[in-house]
Amino acid sequence: MTNKLFAGLAASAMLGAGPALAAQPVDWQMGFQPAATEIMSQVRSFEAYTLWFIIPITLLVLALLVYVMVKFRAGANPVPSRTSHNSLIEVIWTLGPVVILLALAIPSFNLLTAQYSPPQADITVKATGYQWYWGYEYQTDNELSFDSIMLKDDERAGYAKEDVAAYPRLLAVDNELVVPVGQTVRLLVTAADVLHSFAMPAFGVKMDAVPGRLNETWFKAEAEGLYYGQCSELCGKDHAFMPIAIRVVDQAKFDTWMAEAADDVEAANRNLMAAVETDSKSVAVAANE
Amino acid sequence: MAGSTVAHDDHDHKPKGFVRRWLYSTNHKDIGTLYLIFAIMAGIVGGLLSIAMRMELQEPGIQIFHGLAAMVYGFEGDSAIDGGKHMYNVFTTAHGLIMIFFMVMPALIGGFANWMVPIMIGAPDMAFPRMNNISFWLLPPAFILLLMSMFVEGPAGAYGTGGGWTIYPPLSTTGQPGPAMDFAILSLHIAGASSILGAINFITTIFNMRAPGMTLHKMPLFAWSVLITAFLLLLSLPVLAGGITMLLTDRNFGTAFFAPDAGGDPILFQHLFWFFGHPEVYILILPAFGIVSHIISTFSRKPVFGYLGMAYAMVAIGAVGFIVWAHHMYTVGLSLNTQRYFVFATMVIAVPTGVKIFSWIATMWGGSITFRTPMLWAIGFIFLFTVGGVTGVQLANAGLDRAMHDTYYVVAHFHYVLSLGAVFAIFAGWYYWFPKMTGYMYNPTVARIHFWVTFVGVNLVFFPQHFLGLAGMPRRYIDYPDAFAGWNAVSSYGSYISGVGVLIFLFGVWEAFAKKRIAGDNPWGEGATTLEWQLSSPPPYHQWEQLPRIK
Repeated sequence: MTNKLFAGLAASAMLGAGPALAAQPVDWQMGFQPAATEIMSQVRSFEAYTLWFIIPITLLVLALLVYVMVKFRAGANPVPSRTSHNSLIEVIWTLGPVVILLALAIPSFNLLTAQYSPPQADITVKATGYQWYWGYEYQTDNELSFDSIMLKDDERAGYAKEDVAAYPRLLAVDNELVVPVGQTVRLLVTAADVLHSFAMPAFGVKMDAVPGRLNETWFKAEAEGLYYGQCSELCGKDHAFMPIAIRVVDQAKFDTWMAEAADDVEAANRNLMAAVETDSKSVAVAANE
Repeated sequence: MAGSTVAHDDHDHKPKGFVRRWLYSTNHKDIGTLYLIFAIMAGIVGGLLSIAMRMELQEPGIQIFHGLAAMVYGFEGDSAIDGGKHMYNVFTTAHGLIMIFFMVMPALIGGFANWMVPIMIGAPDMAFPRMNNISFWLLPPAFILLLMSMFVEGPAGAYGTGGGWTIYPPLSTTGQPGPAMDFAILSLHIAGASSILGAINFITTIFNMRAPGMTLHKMPLFAWSVLITAFLLLLSLPVLAGGITMLLTDRNFGTAFFAPDAGGDPILFQHLFWFFGHPEVYILILPAFGIVSHIISTFSRKPVFGYLGMAYAMVAIGAVGFIVWAHHMYTVGLSLNTQRYFVFATMVIAVPTGVKIFSWIATMWGGSITFRTPMLWAIGFIFLFTVGGVTGVQLANAGLDRAMHDTYYVVAHFHYVLSLGAVFAIFAGWYYWFPKMTGYMYNPTVARIHFWVTFVGVNLVFFPQHFLGLAGMPRRYIDYPDAFAGWNAVSSYGSYISGVGVLIFLFGVWEAFAKKRIAGDNPWGEGATTLEWQLSSPPPYHQWEQLPRIK
């Protein structure tokens, strides 16, 4: 178990350090996935900030409990006091939490506001939840829409996705959503049958897909890579089997992919995978030299 | 001698015969006992469902549910996989509904409150004894309807309702057209009616039948907690009833409250549901607060610290509990300002809750504490409820909840406040009042083993789920990416340990009835000051024929 824990930590360190950041859960992970957007960085730091309050509070309660259990056990204190009021301390433990909550609320409201203050969108994509897959539609000049369905193990070879480290079971899909790095993506989320929820942990994005409603959210991925999320609203028997995969690439590759995908999405994806592969090899070679 | 016993029995007015005593019962103590037995049985069913889910999740892949589906429903070959996937959702749904409506509520409100509130306020019985009877006897049919729903068609080609305890449409309407959902809705209607009748009974009893001299501000905190709970029930359950009735008519009579293709809105249901659902979680925990206050006070041999603050903290929690419902809905597409309001309102609840935690510790401060079994559970409750409470403060922040919503972090949070909070208080109350209710003393060694095994077990189940949630594992998943395997295995082992804890509990109950150690009227000593300890153990069939006078 310890070995696995260290392996997990090492893996997450590598993921963080690599040029092409990818985000997927690792063994024995205990915290959030590495952030790939500014918003998720803010979520991560706010979460760390809340821990500075809640862990000491929990430890304080524990310490007080242990203290009274030792100091005021019947053996040590046979005669109980009759104290049942102390206005000062009651005021303190009412106002103290108010101050703490204020300290939490201010950065919390800043984070919330930041999530709802999108920059000018560079590209708009609509995600539609179906039982049980996602459909993506690019709102661009050349119309492009395709479905994204979870890859079963016997289908891996057909998509050249045999590498389970990059294309994990239950997370890999046939056609990823491809977006350009450093660009603001406006994401419209809806559903065609029942509720679903579009979630991408590394981006700090979670937006319910509701039939009859068009919810809007956004993200701006800061690092190239392949990111995974999963449907996050119970939607029936295959709820666990409709992952979300987003491939973030540089603008040139995105433009090429976009042009090719208009005719044949699967061919465009194969070419894109090959191009990303070549890039990461040349980076690796450069690092070795 | 014999003659006097007969005369005493006659004087007791105890009905003769099993049917008259238990089926026609109008005695609050007998009905309370029925509720407790019912809660234990429902708890075992709900617990078995959860252990089956943890067995499934112990390793990645689908391990047992296709087999279960084949066994129970007769699926064959590949269809067993699909049947199993839906069956898993049925289990999550039934586990949630059973534990809330048929375990915690009957145990705390129907069981302990029925037994103890009339005694504590010095009343001979509940205000409406016959209504008390129907309150209880509505529950078994409701439970049976819910169990039946697991065996009739839900979605095409599968059995049971798998929409989660939140039964969000359209999955609960067009998503599962079969009658299973209708069974579940009817079950909730009946369980809800049972609770509303109970709530009316408690409010009437507490307002009108307090002993002379017992003002509201002298009333024991458990009675306060039940009074507030009864108001929450009375105000929130009709909203649920309305919501699920709209669901029923959407499903069967062509209305379109929640159907977007005909102008309805699925989000409307979520608002209605959580307007009930959030007060509901306080309904589950407030009576627990009351029980814990008494136990802490008794075993510290000190009066409750800050009694008025404790009572009005519960009033505040109950009142604010009605205006925070949409913090369950941060990701549905609420406007920024709506989210801001619900963040603010939700965080306010931490203040009265903090008052309660600190007041319990202050009650112990300066006391002369003995660590009898009820006290162990109560102290365990304070700490574990704090853990669940602080993660609740995190989740209140919409910006952070975006990353945690619908993950195992939420599952860990609400099991810390309910499974490790409310359930610990139920066991605390059980051991506290068992000698009073039965006249027999439990075996303290067995009871302590029960506590420690449960404490270790439930923490192993739920603490690792925080990690799973942060790493991004969504809830209500039958299978998960392989990276989540480690903590899931730990969590599953914990659930087996907790299951052993339940067996120890049942053994302890059997042992106490087998050994018949006489407990005495007040086994806890001078710290136990509420009125029930002035009665015999068990109390007479009708108590307070001479009303007690409170100074």
